[in-house]
Amino acid sequence: MAKILAVDDSVSIRQMVTFTLQGAGHEVVEAGDGVEALAFAQGNSVDLVVSDVNMPNMDGIQLITELRKLEAYKFIPILMLTTESAGDMKQRGKEAGATGWIVKPFNPDQLLATIAKVLG
Amino acid sequence: MSVDISQFHAVFFEESFEGLDEMESNLMTLSDEGEIDDEAINAIFRAAHSIKGASGTFGFQVITDFTHHLETLLDEVRAHKRGLPPEDIDLYLQSVDYLRSMLEAYQSGSEPDAEQGKPLVERFLQLLDQPSEGSPVTDCTDQSQLEISGYEITLSGAEGIMCTGNDPYRLFAELNSLGTLEITADVSDVPTLHDIDPTQVYTSWQLKIDTNEPEERIREVFEWVIDDVELSIKPLSVSASTSSQTQDKKGVQPKSETSKSPAEKSTATTSKAEPVKRKATDTSIRVSTEKIDALINMVGELVITQSMLGELGESFEMSSLNRLQEGLVQLEQNTRELQESVMKIRMLPISFIFSRFPRMVRDLAKQLDKEISLNLIGESTELDKTVMEKLSDPMVHLVRNAVDHGVESTADRIAAGKPASATITLNAYHQGGNVVVEISDDGKGLDTEAISKKAIEKGLIENASGLSKEQIYDLLFMPGFSTAEQVSELSGRGVGMDVVKRNIQELNGSVEVKSEVGKGSTFSISLPLTLAILDGQLIRVGHNIYVIPLVNIIESIEIDPAMVNQVAGGRELYRLRDDYLPIIPLCDVFGIDSQPVGERRGLMVVVEAANNKVGLVIDDLQAQQQVVIKSLENNYKQVIGLSGATILGDGTVALIVDIPGIVKLSSEFEIHSYKAALQSAEQNISMTH
Repeated sequence: MAKILAVDDSVSIRQMVTFTLQGAGHEVVEAGDGVEALAFAQGNSVDLVVSDVNMPNMDGIQLITELRKLEAYKFIPILMLTTESAGDMKQRGKEAGATGWIVKPFNPDQLLATIAKVLG
Repeated sequence: MSVDISQFHAVFFEESFEGLDEMESNLMTLSDEGEIDDEAINAIFRAAHSIKGASGTFGFQVITDFTHHLETLLDEVRAHKRGLPPEDIDLYLQSVDYLRSMLEAYQSGSEPDAEQGKPLVERFLQLLDQPSEGSPVTDCTDQSQLEISGYEITLSGAEGIMCTGNDPYRLFAELNSLGTLEITADVSDVPTLHDIDPTQVYTSWQLKIDTNEPEERIREVFEWVIDDVELSIKPLSVSASTSSQTQDKKGVQPKSETSKSPAEKSTATTSKAEPVKRKATDTSIRVSTEKIDALINMVGELVITQSMLGELGESFEMSSLNRLQEGLVQLEQNTRELQESVMKIRMLPISFIFSRFPRMVRDLAKQLDKEISLNLIGESTELDKTVMEKLSDPMVHLVRNAVDHGVESTADRIAAGKPASATITLNAYHQGGNVVVEISDDGKGLDTEAISKKAIEKGLIENASGLSKEQIYDLLFMPGFSTAEQVSELSGRGVGMDVVKRNIQELNGSVEVKSEVGKGSTFSISLPLTLAILDGQLIRVGHNIYVIPLVNIIESIEIDPAMVNQVAGGRELYRLRDDYLPIIPLCDVFGIDSQPVGERRGLMVVVEAANNKVGLVIDDLQAQQQVVIKSLENNYKQVIGLSGATILGDGTVALIVDIPGIVKLSSEFEIHSYKAALQSAEQNISMTH
């Protein structure tokens, strides 16, 4: 099963994501913002990154930009958690190198379905 | 897979309340500074955004809908497309209040009142210059859906898609799940091996899929790459008949709608199921990892000490007595440190209370047309969570009073040669084993004459002559002093200063007033750091050991029989210097035969509560020590005259004397009627142990 880096500053969302993914048998590493996530990524590789966009310290867009610079993160799927209203956010995410997005609000089943898509 | 997401609700509520607090304090900063501070507005936006995202996920739709508008506005402010005039700040603050009330409603398991938010939403829409919600989105790109048999898809120009983590293979796999897929790859553009860039995709594809799925569904497969590739999707139909406008529109809603509806459906069901569940709100506490690490560290040391002692005990010889003693010293140290760290877990910075005041003072000052700046000092001072919760109401009352009565009107201030803007200062600091919280204002100070006049009017005292300043201030705390006349919308609410004082005394704390006419007043609240441990004086009555809280004890004296005066009703007064104290023999209160181990009526402990002093007659004074309070109510039931129990070093139970309760008994002359009740309680307790 896959190793997934889940990045969100909201503890409840992070817990839900983690719980859902672990329930599906994945290994999950949590990070509370971009800085934490990047620090982890610099020493570890994962199969998938799921990241919120709006976060303190380093937001999701910048995180994706930084991650894509890392050898081990060049081609892995990176999904952003975004809201419907943030229309141009998707575009900015794409430009930064995001694979796709999961639109908030989402439920555990939607999350798993989307993740199944990118994990092949 | 079904996941019960209600298990995350508690965390959601907690972080959302925190988010709202953060929004509020940042809004306050913005309103003070009058210019848009990017950091603050970003934090506000993020908080709103998180609440919106999470509330939707957890099925609190009313919050999501409301926050959506708020977020849109805030996003514009953040992008400097919109200013932040004071009236907007007010609107956002009101929104924070409304969100808080909605969260509280959901937390207690009920559905919030969406109507209440309507006026706010209307303001939002006005600001956003949108005519109204829900103007029907008419999208007339209707095509016949019924006759679709499949699509022809060309995908080319996909060079860069691998670099965003997308993979043509995955796209095809998903398409394949929708119907029968035929793939033809065109590799004519693939360069020679020498020129090839392995990160690029050079192939283009012709796809043919047999499916009844609507075109939207096919496009959705390519949603993430649509801007990076050249894509054409041609529907193949069995008959080319296009439909009329009466076509069922459900299949062709605009894209945003289709992707949203499943979420809405599922959230609707969860929110219906939810209210049944959680009624009582769990209280939880957030503890820094640092504190927990320290705790784990200490438990580790305890385990080491334990194993060392265990080893010693297995083959003990007198020669290792030294090591045993060392080990015990170590154990004592470990235990003490462990106790301290566990206590620390319950400690929270007082900013938890302080943080609500900037908003309150701002609103009140505005209402009263006063200029007041609030100064917070010592916000990181830590205090037990329970003490904190109980301190909150008295503080609110005192701060309200300071704003309402303490601070003069702007005109009066100017007339008195003071700066127009008043200052209220909240200051918290540690002093010995206590936390002191001061609420001071630079207002007009307490008018002793007015206070005594009023006290006479209310019949609390007969005349004020001979009363010291402090004694006059104490009148403020007497029941019946603050009455209807004084109950304005602000300070009123039916609680007077007597309630403030009682609340604080319940926490084993005290209030002190200092004031200078024309310069201002200071109310200092002094509280124990925690409610779980108290410094106690052990006393003996008969064969029983009791604990008297040290904080209540003024002095302990040997009784001089000459100073005992009999008064009517069989009561006795003791003349102590200039004062007469009611004498309460504890043995009578507790119905114990006080046998002379020493001499009966040997010692008297003078205690004070609620400004009344009494002398408690005891048989013997023993050690002073810290005792851990065990609740009587939890283990037995509430007993008048006792506030709890503790377990002493030798394993016996000692009851803790409730001094305010005893004093109240004495002032009400009701000792004798309570005696019987207490007697039976005492018997019950000794039976349960």
